[in-house]
Amino acid sequence: MGINSMGIVALTSIFIGAVITLQTAYNTENPLYPAYLIGLTARDTLLLEFSSTMVALILAGKIGSNIASEIGTMRVTEQIDALEIMGINSASYLIFPKIAAAVIFAPFLTIMSMFIGLLGGWMAGTATGVISSDQYIYGIQYAFVPYYVTYALLKIAIFAFLITTISSYHGYHVKGGSLEVGKSSTRAVVHSSVFILIFNFVLTQLMLS
Amino acid sequence: MIEVKNINKTFGDKQVLHDINVRFEKGQTNLVIGQSGSGKTVLLKSIVGLLDVDEGDIIYDDFIFNRLPFKEKKKLRQDIGMLFQGSALFDSSTVEQNVMFPLDMFTSMSYEEKLDRVNECLKRVDIENANHKLPAELSGGMQKRVAIARAISLNPKYLFCDEPNSGLDPKTAIMIDNLIKDITEEYNTTTIINTHDMNSVVEIGDKVVFIYKGHKWWEGDNEEIFHTDNKELEEFIFATNLTREFKRLHNLT
Repeated sequence: MGINSMGIVALTSIFIGAVITLQTAYNTENPLYPAYLIGLTARDTLLLEFSSTMVALILAGKIGSNIASEIGTMRVTEQIDALEIMGINSASYLIFPKIAAAVIFAPFLTIMSMFIGLLGGWMAGTATGVISSDQYIYGIQYAFVPYYVTYALLKIAIFAFLITTISSYHGYHVKGGSLEVGKSSTRAVVHSSVFILIFNFVLTQLMLS
Repeated sequence: MIEVKNINKTFGDKQVLHDINVRFEKGQTNLVIGQSGSGKTVLLKSIVGLLDVDEGDIIYDDFIFNRLPFKEKKKLRQDIGMLFQGSALFDSSTVEQNVMFPLDMFTSMSYEEKLDRVNECLKRVDIENANHKLPAELSGGMQKRVAIARAISLNPKYLFCDEPNSGLDPKTAIMIDNLIKDITEEYNTTTIINTHDMNSVVEIGDKVVFIYKGHKWWEGDNEEIFHTDNKELEEFIFATNLTREFKRLHNLT
């Protein structure tokens, strides 16, 4: 589940890190601002928002639809009924491992995203000459708040829980055929994304206020 | 033995089953027939506990199944094997894993013992050298046979089949019917089959129950059914040109 998302998360993170660096550089072309602010901005943007919330939204699209369609297909093809007939608690058997896997693995994706995003920023900054390597590295170390990492990891764990439970719910309660499976997959992505945005607001207020 | 007593089932304000009473004997292939939408699938799902009945009892030998506590119901479920209309094999698992699944869940057998049992069940349904194939790589008939192998892997006392030969060619359909009949006799199971296939009625119908608009309309065996004077049943069994010709040739009333 998470391992298959590493590619898309890495790709997105490297370019977002690069774009944040370039945008910060082009919007702070003022001799009064120290250049290392570019690195600092890239770091805080990635830590506070991108590597948790944006990665969660990417995961909602990828694994959310995957979970809803997989469980939905099992529902309409009577595979879930087959489990129930055997005396197996199908919800627990099918959904719990997905929640556990996502909640455990998503924080690793976020850490990976942070490092790759910072690397992307460094590559873009040094390649275009908007910041030197030393200044960028100084910037990403400057006034570092370790709590931001805790905040990001806790957020992504909660988002992973939301994505898997919401998507599983939509898949598990599909009625009909393949058309409804597709619709449930879309609903899973939309609802997961909305809940991520709402919880992002709530968690930010709770944890950073 | 499975006995259904005074079962009623309603969805919203629509009553689907009306006071059904029927007894299915051990070692027999019991067929439930009826038109699409007559309520036979609801009846079967109610008997296996996938749907809760509004009123009435479902008795499995010594147990009132629908009144059993969760744990005992779960234990009893291990004596149930079911063949679904679409086979319901786990897509991402191989044939071997599918048949081994109930053994993994409910036995403490070693891997070698489980593999022996899997191979024995697959051999019983004439599937060989397909252990590592995925369900999608099998034909419809083979999928049904693998599903039967999975259903019998725990030596069930009760076997349920929901339209086992739908979507199969006539030859494969008869083969599946005969396989179910043989397994019923061999394992001495109480077998209930939902079907609207008259070939199945002729071939394996030890007992036939006709469901009409949610009511048990008629019951008998595959000899009596062709001499029925029940209007609705007659319309059902002689609905095709083939069966009408059969009726004319055999001068059935």
